[in-house]
Amino acid sequence: MLRVEHSTVRFDGRTALDDVTLDVGDGEVVTVLGPSGSGKTTLLRVIAGLQRPDQGRVVLDGRDLASVPPHRRGIGLVFQDHALFHHRDVAGNVAFGLRMRNEPAAAIGRRVRDMLELVGLSGFEDRSVATLSGGEQQRVALARALAPGPRVLLLDEPLGSLDRRLRDRLLDDLARLFAEVQVTAIYVTHDQAEAFALGDRVAVMRTGRLVQVGTPDAIWAQPADADLAHFLGLRNVRDGSVVRPEAVLVRVGGGDGNGVVLAAIRQGPTVRLVVSLDSGETLEALVTSLEHPEPGDRVSVEIDPAGIVELP
Amino acid sequence: MDRHRDPLSARAWRAVGYGVPLAFLAFFFVFPLAEIVRRGLGSGGGESPWSVLTDSDTRQVLWFTVWQAVASTALTILVAFPAAYVLGRYEFPGRSAVRALVTVPFVLPTVVVALAFLAILPQGLQRGWAAILIAHAFFNVAVVVRVVGTFWARLDPRVSEAAATLGAGPWRRFREVTLPLLAPALSSAAAIVFLFSFTSFGIVLILGGPAYATLETEIYNQAVRVFDLRAAAVLSLVQLTCVALAVLATTRLEARLAIRGQLRSERDVLRRARTRGEKLVVLASLGGLALFLGLPLAALVERSLAVGGGHNLAAYRALTEPTAALLATPWEAVLNSLVYATGATVIAVVVGGLAAFAIARSSRWSTRLFDGLLMLPLGASAVMLGFGFVITFDRAPVDFRSAPWIVPVAQALVAIPFVVRIVVPTLRAIDERQREAAALLGAPPRRVWREIDLPIALRALAVAAGFAFAISLGEFGATVFLARPDRPTLPVAIFRFLGRPGELNAAEAYALAVVLMVVTAVSVFLVERIRVRRLGWF
Ligand SMILES: Nc1ncnc2c1ncn2[C@@H]1O[C@H](COP(=O)(O)OP(=O)(O)OP(=O)(O)O)[C@@H](O)[C@H]1O
Ligand SMILES: [Mg+2]
Repeated sequence: MLRVEHSTVRFDGRTALDDVTLDVGDGEVVTVLGPSGSGKTTLLRVIAGLQRPDQGRVVLDGRDLASVPPHRRGIGLVFQDHALFHHRDVAGNVAFGLRMRNEPAAAIGRRVRDMLELVGLSGFEDRSVATLSGGEQQRVALARALAPGPRVLLLDEPLGSLDRRLRDRLLDDLARLFAEVQVTAIYVTHDQAEAFALGDRVAVMRTGRLVQVGTPDAIWAQPADADLAHFLGLRNVRDGSVVRPEAVLVRVGGGDGNGVVLAAIRQGPTVRLVVSLDSGETLEALVTSLEHPEPGDRVSVEIDPAGIVELP
Repeated sequence: MDRHRDPLSARAWRAVGYGVPLAFLAFFFVFPLAEIVRRGLGSGGGESPWSVLTDSDTRQVLWFTVWQAVASTALTILVAFPAAYVLGRYEFPGRSAVRALVTVPFVLPTVVVALAFLAILPQGLQRGWAAILIAHAFFNVAVVVRVVGTFWARLDPRVSEAAATLGAGPWRRFREVTLPLLAPALSSAAAIVFLFSFTSFGIVLILGGPAYATLETEIYNQAVRVFDLRAAAVLSLVQLTCVALAVLATTRLEARLAIRGQLRSERDVLRRARTRGEKLVVLASLGGLALFLGLPLAALVERSLAVGGGHNLAAYRALTEPTAALLATPWEAVLNSLVYATGATVIAVVVGGLAAFAIARSSRWSTRLFDGLLMLPLGASAVMLGFGFVITFDRAPVDFRSAPWIVPVAQALVAIPFVVRIVVPTLRAIDERQREAAALLGAPPRRVWREIDLPIALRALAVAAGFAFAISLGEFGATVFLARPDRPTLPVAIFRFLGRPGELNAAEAYALAVVLMVVTAVSVFLVERIRVRRLGWF
């Protein structure tokens, strides 16, 4: 339905977006995951029509958008730094897109109330946006973009400045909303958990390029390269392949062993062990048992061949 | 909160901040005005004050004054808007040169502007309301371009983009987002232009002719030509009342339009014109403005060279020689102007700077009143001021009429409002968190002021000083009453040359106007160089 084709954007000779091609199906949510400066915002601005690509094009429902100005695209965008209208109150911000479509005042009022309720800001209608906290502003930005029911919704780190609890709640709300109204969305984040939780597919970006696009399972099962594997937390790279930490089996005793535990770090239900092998190599392992080796313990390490992922 | 701060010295400082400007204003502004009014109303004979007010001539003058001021303001905004847009949205080579150059007409003496228009307007248009409006627009374009353009350049373009993603087309984005956000800057620019047009003297006097009188020219007429002090006094009061009302209305409007929101730095906002259309807009806007501003100035230069049928430097050479028009050589007038302007600048920066610190520190109604009071000289007629000085300071114990400092004092009165207007926004724009951070890093209050407020204010003060200098250079209405015949300033000398027949006299007037233009341009340019932080609106 939405297709970005071979799009490239350069700023003063530096390439911010490098030959990006991305398909988003009707009702699909694609999350874009990448580190800071990787070109995520630039990609969204190209889709919204705010940034003209130096090469490539954007196609929506079979129609080339090159000559369609932003205000006729029906694409909503939640800006990374909100870009709220400081000359209007909260309700005025949320109502803006509805007014642009000349909806009747009563319908606008209802929709504004619904949207504010959705983002947990009921009763904030008359507040000046300048007096809102960072998180509240972010939720107003979200409500404003959602209100007119855009054909495609672009979200640029919309939960960036929220606390953990609110973030989890809104993440659930968003997931439900995306499912309910079958919205087509591109959701930008640098948070792996968010990307994997929300996306039907995840598009991983690095230095302006899409390194991999796939379902969360597919990406987790077969990362495209060593860097991505590392980014995903798969740090055992040897001879062009990745060893999943759960495939590194660690036993205490049983002969002389072939390595020494350097660190044991509890992460919720699992413990991450860092083991230095006698061969000089360092491996990470995950154990789920309550009993686990301590740093300094000599251990023997084996690798389950099923947990070895060949990198392309 | 802070027990270590010496409360006495804090109070002493506040007393200085309010006291010095108030005393200065009381003695050199209120006192002469009161004297005019007292003598005017007290003088026998002539019409009664009431009959002056209800006179149909007065009503006509008032009506013309108001409508020409409104129309001039509208025309100025119309002419300046495209350039303000370009300065507010695009980065292009020579951007700061453009900002400096548009300022030149604004600080030119009105006499020069009037001359320039006499030089280029077609015969039929030379005198009348159209000439007045065009000249006012020429004179004031800088105010709108700079105030609005500078503000525009700090509005986040993403806000307008957000409106676009919500379905607003270009026109609706402009009307519903950009315009409301620009409103504070627009209204304050409009207020300044309105006040200048309302009290404009030289332009109306020369371009209006006898048929078109404003309050200001009528005051001059009554006081100097008809010698009807009473009528002059009544008209002065009417003008002062109008100006006070206008100042009051604008401060209220500004408070209502103010929008809290973070402004961005120009660097993040401005971008180069990329598409053909954008480049065309930039070129057309700047080109149009350049023609509008450049043509009259070029005509001035041409006239200064036109002597004896050809073009030569005879008028410039004659500037070093004694002339029947003056009791000094024209070059001495240049020197006088520089000396007077320097004195006026020092006075204006000290008095206006003290006031600015006091105003920026509080937002109580008494401070706002103080602020408004300081704006009054901007609207009070310069003619009135000069005339008031002449009749007030002419006998012991205040016999200052021929004191060398009286001219700079009068010029400073006109410059002080500018100093205040330039410095206050800068001081107010200091992020309170900077002060808090300095305090948390161990700076006591006095030190915070020295480390944070003062360095930022210094740059604004330097800018203000440049403006004060240029304004003093061009001041005419008051100076023409006060400058001693053997110590004329440039504008006074120009006026005297104009009053005499002969081709060389005319050319010398134009030549002096060119000199004045160059001196002014250089001082404005130097000011631009100092401006690192563009926080004030000028
Ligand atoms: N207007 C611009 N002019 C010059 N360079 C730009 C501009 N906009 C973005 N860039 C550069 O392009 C690159 C990609 O920027 P972009 O904003 O798309 O990154 P991002 O992935 O959104 O990063 P973040 O997660 O920090 O928001 C960066 O190196 C940035 O500095
Ligand atoms: Mg970004």
